[in-house]
Amino acid sequence: MQAVYLAIPLLCLAAAAIAGLAGGRIGRAGAHGVTIFGVGAAFLLSFYVALDVFRNGHLFNGPVYSWLSSGGYNFQVGFLIDQLTATMMVVVTFVSLMVHIYTIGYMADDEHNWPKDSLAGKNSYQRFFSYISLFTFSMLMLVMSNNFIQLFFGWEAVGLVSYLLIGFWFNRESAIFANMKAFLVNRVGDFGFLLGIAAIFAWFGTLDYDAVFGIAPSLASQQIHIAGSTHWSLITFICIALFVGAMGKSAQVPLHVWLPDSMEGPTPISALIHAATMVTAGIFMVARMSPLYEMSETALSLIIIIGAITALFMGLLGIIQYDIKRVIAYSTLSQLGYMTVGLGASAYNASIFHLGTHAFFKALLFLGAGSVIIAMHHAQDMRRMGGLRRFMPITYFTMIIGSLALSGIPPFAGFFSKDAIIEAVHHSHITGSGFAYFSVVIGAFITAFYSFRLIFMTFHGKPRMDEHTRKHLKESPAVVIVPLLLLAIPSVMAGWQFIEPMLYGDFFGDAIRILPRHNAFAEAGEHGFSAWHFMKHGAFQPPVLLALIGMVSAYIFYVARPDLAGEWRAKLAPAVRVLENNYYFDKVYQAVFAGGALRLGSCLWKSADVKMIDGFINGLARAVGWVSGKVRLVQSGYLYHYAFVMIIGLFLMISWFLYL
Amino acid sequence: MEFQIPDFAPAYPEIFLLCMAGAVLLLDLFLGKRFRNLAYGLSIASLLATIAMIIGSSQQATTFNGMFLRDLMGDILKIAVMLFTIMVFIYSRIYQQDRHIFKGEYFVLALTAVLGMMVMISAGNMLLLYLGLELLSLSLYSLIAMRRDSLHATEAAMKYFILGALASGILLYGMSMIYVTTGTLDLAQIHAAIRTGDSANLVLSLGLVFVVVAIGFKLGAVPFHMWVPDVYQGSPTSVTLFLGSAPKLAAFAMLMRLLVGGLENMSGQWQQMLIILALFSIGFGNIVAIAQTNMKRMLAYSAISHVGFFLLGVLSATPDGYAASMFYILVYGFMTLGSFGMILLLSNKDSESDMIANFKGMFSAHPLYALVMTLLMVSMAGIPPLIGFNAKLAVINALVESRLYWVAVVAVLFSVVGAFYYLRIVKFMYFDQPGEAIRLNGGMEMHTLLTINALALILGLPWIGWLIRICNSALAQLS
Repeated sequence: MQAVYLAIPLLCLAAAAIAGLAGGRIGRAGAHGVTIFGVGAAFLLSFYVALDVFRNGHLFNGPVYSWLSSGGYNFQVGFLIDQLTATMMVVVTFVSLMVHIYTIGYMADDEHNWPKDSLAGKNSYQRFFSYISLFTFSMLMLVMSNNFIQLFFGWEAVGLVSYLLIGFWFNRESAIFANMKAFLVNRVGDFGFLLGIAAIFAWFGTLDYDAVFGIAPSLASQQIHIAGSTHWSLITFICIALFVGAMGKSAQVPLHVWLPDSMEGPTPISALIHAATMVTAGIFMVARMSPLYEMSETALSLIIIIGAITALFMGLLGIIQYDIKRVIAYSTLSQLGYMTVGLGASAYNASIFHLGTHAFFKALLFLGAGSVIIAMHHAQDMRRMGGLRRFMPITYFTMIIGSLALSGIPPFAGFFSKDAIIEAVHHSHITGSGFAYFSVVIGAFITAFYSFRLIFMTFHGKPRMDEHTRKHLKESPAVVIVPLLLLAIPSVMAGWQFIEPMLYGDFFGDAIRILPRHNAFAEAGEHGFSAWHFMKHGAFQPPVLLALIGMVSAYIFYVARPDLAGEWRAKLAPAVRVLENNYYFDKVYQAVFAGGALRLGSCLWKSADVKMIDGFINGLARAVGWVSGKVRLVQSGYLYHYAFVMIIGLFLMISWFLYL
Repeated sequence: MEFQIPDFAPAYPEIFLLCMAGAVLLLDLFLGKRFRNLAYGLSIASLLATIAMIIGSSQQATTFNGMFLRDLMGDILKIAVMLFTIMVFIYSRIYQQDRHIFKGEYFVLALTAVLGMMVMISAGNMLLLYLGLELLSLSLYSLIAMRRDSLHATEAAMKYFILGALASGILLYGMSMIYVTTGTLDLAQIHAAIRTGDSANLVLSLGLVFVVVAIGFKLGAVPFHMWVPDVYQGSPTSVTLFLGSAPKLAAFAMLMRLLVGGLENMSGQWQQMLIILALFSIGFGNIVAIAQTNMKRMLAYSAISHVGFFLLGVLSATPDGYAASMFYILVYGFMTLGSFGMILLLSNKDSESDMIANFKGMFSAHPLYALVMTLLMVSMAGIPPLIGFNAKLAVINALVESRLYWVAVVAVLFSVVGAFYYLRIVKFMYFDQPGEAIRLNGGMEMHTLLTINALALILGLPWIGWLIRICNSALAQLS
């Protein structure tokens, strides 16, 4: 079995290496062939592993390779295969496979995005496939890890690939800006993450999950001294530091600013990385660390509050966007907020459940949006769309499914997972859960509103695009449509299929540990549970009703009375301005952090580097050169000079010892 | 006094090598020109056989009434000397043939020089040490002068001979003063005779100064370095190659036998002298090397600075420091072989190609050898992760442990200066246009060996720890 575990990430890595290094030689078909084969095989093997885990209960935790040994600590590559890992592996490889197939269609004429005859443009297709395979490898290493070092490796590797992909069209100023921003914001998060890992290593002396979880209870009351006279609980410090990392990667307020900008990348990666997989790394990590987080209510409170803020306020931003991808991007932020709220309410299983269903329908929505973008000749402004449903029936149909799932309408997948989180928050007694409950319930309305705003603006109403585009409107090719259909299936079904074992059953085994007093679902589970009951009960609760109201309002504003939208926008001008500026996060960051760093850097460069250091060094170099030229003249070539120098040397040496 | 037949067994390798040198001489005499390759092969074979004998009989022993020592340090150094000599033979074969000096004498003289070095390495008595030194020196003088028709070579041989004679005189004078105070020539007995208190003895101090000066000359440390650039440049490159590598090991052994084996209790005094020699060498060597245009001359100044660096390890006066020095000199010898090997590679019948400018544009013509040269130069400059860096690190580490911080700082600063002229060659190779077409000389075996020589500087890293441990255990035995 170990060979299978090892093969899953390595297949992706090998495919990425072949497509990347030999891209020019194997051509386009070779590149997508080899990467789709690699990821497809990884998906099948992951599926096999998942079956093995869930059917036969075969878990695995152990090293597969010893990387280096330093100061008595062994850095190892190791795998922890349990229910949580298996779930993640299947989700990651499945979405990745869909995205791989879809990319064939999406990137088909990518050379138009590059200057004519440029080398970068010639291989961009192969390069893209290499990157997304490499990403899949990194993400698999992250989720399969059994220790913090490898987790960190995967964490950084997905960050790196994300950087490469956001800036994939590196001839565009905005793409460069966006990838730099994503990278820098993630550095902030990673700094916290690294601090957390360092604290674990300092206090636990080990970085293996199992050992850390084993030792943790004995350090539960450990206090540490950080600054001033305040004492922190060690566990709380570690949990919060790790969560700072999660905030960066999973784009929680205030480290969320990179995600909307990351839409500069090609759409397939928005689906793969910025919706379905990488941004969920933070959620996954917290769920993986549930034994630690369960020990710190302070950290859980922080998590639930941050999550609630993200869920509510980022959702609001979705309402005012006109760029089709940005709407989905803000919806992703908001949904990540939901997952984070779930974590804070100790409903790790519900969060992972939502992570899974969200991966499917969000990938579906992004890929659907991509399909629209292809048809629109890479225009993304919804004000230039409208009435597309006649031209693109399949895209329309699948997007409707995705939106219904996202809005949490029963019986689609999103309903179950989102309602589970809301339910969990409802039962939670942790500080901040009241606010969180309010946010997620209101969020249901907002979600439905912006989702259907997108549907109505894009697919309904009168066509608003120019004549030329309209004449060429047509449904996307099969490689684009098939992934949409395949993703639609779990978007419909994953909810009622998995809710029972995931929330109430023993789906995750020991992979996720929840203290009995934090467990919102334990009580319900005792009375016997079925998806049908959950649906019957949930269908008449506020969240679903609010979602329905949201859909109806969207219909009124954008189909029945399109003039209303503009009127309201004018009435609420001040609020809209705040939203249009993303609550001024970007402006403040740009001015204070980016601007400050630039000013400091240029000041140091001009005064310290150029004047002092360079001046000193260059002067020294000239001096050495001058001395060298003079001293070489001593070497006259005359034998008697040489002998003389020797004797003088001897004489000086002797004098040194006689008189000193 | 009863005469006992000494135990010859520990000296079998030397005896064997002496016989083989004679055999090569006779063979060459009777078989003549057509069998030159036989002499070449036989010399290499006898060196290999001697190495095998040393490995087979590795032991710690004293014989000939304490005159002849066998220990781990000696064995390692002898093996290294012979391996280096084999590399010299292989590197210089075509060069010698081109210049009609591919003669039996060359091999015989090289073998006797090796024998001289082995005697120096094994010497337990000042007389034997002197004997070995002279055997080595005389062989070297003749080797340099082998191109009788070359003005440069004869001039170099002449200078080396006269200055060498002066140094030998100084050495003997120093030895006689030590003999006067201690009443013995046996190094172990000298060691026992000198107590730490006696070091105030003026005659002994004077003797020490003379001995150190002579060693300084042999190594080429400033201010006894004047012969080095002229001899390096004037000799045929094949001889410079030999001169620059193996004898440094013998000089290290001489330093160890005399200063540690004999005069260890005066370490307070020789430490100071060596600091002066070492720092002047590092500073002077590195700075003057910058102004050179001739590759051999530049490498000569580089040798002076490396000698200074290696003295730093010795002057820390701890077994760790000696081990660091030994490791340094082994690595240095290895790098020098490669560097001169590169000059041999570029030379041809008509041209010595020993100017730095000859390396211009190497990359576009021969990328592999540009890489080889880069590895050699970067390692010489002591840039991580190449082995040359580890060697420097070991020495600096020994200095820091002996609390000679300021010496360490000065040494590091000057090696930064030194990095300039090594890296300049890299710059020439990669960024400049070639002046004329670069032709490669040498046979298949040389090309392979040279490439291995350079690659070992980075691929050998995993075995560094092992090598340093061996040096450590060798010197732990000594003191």
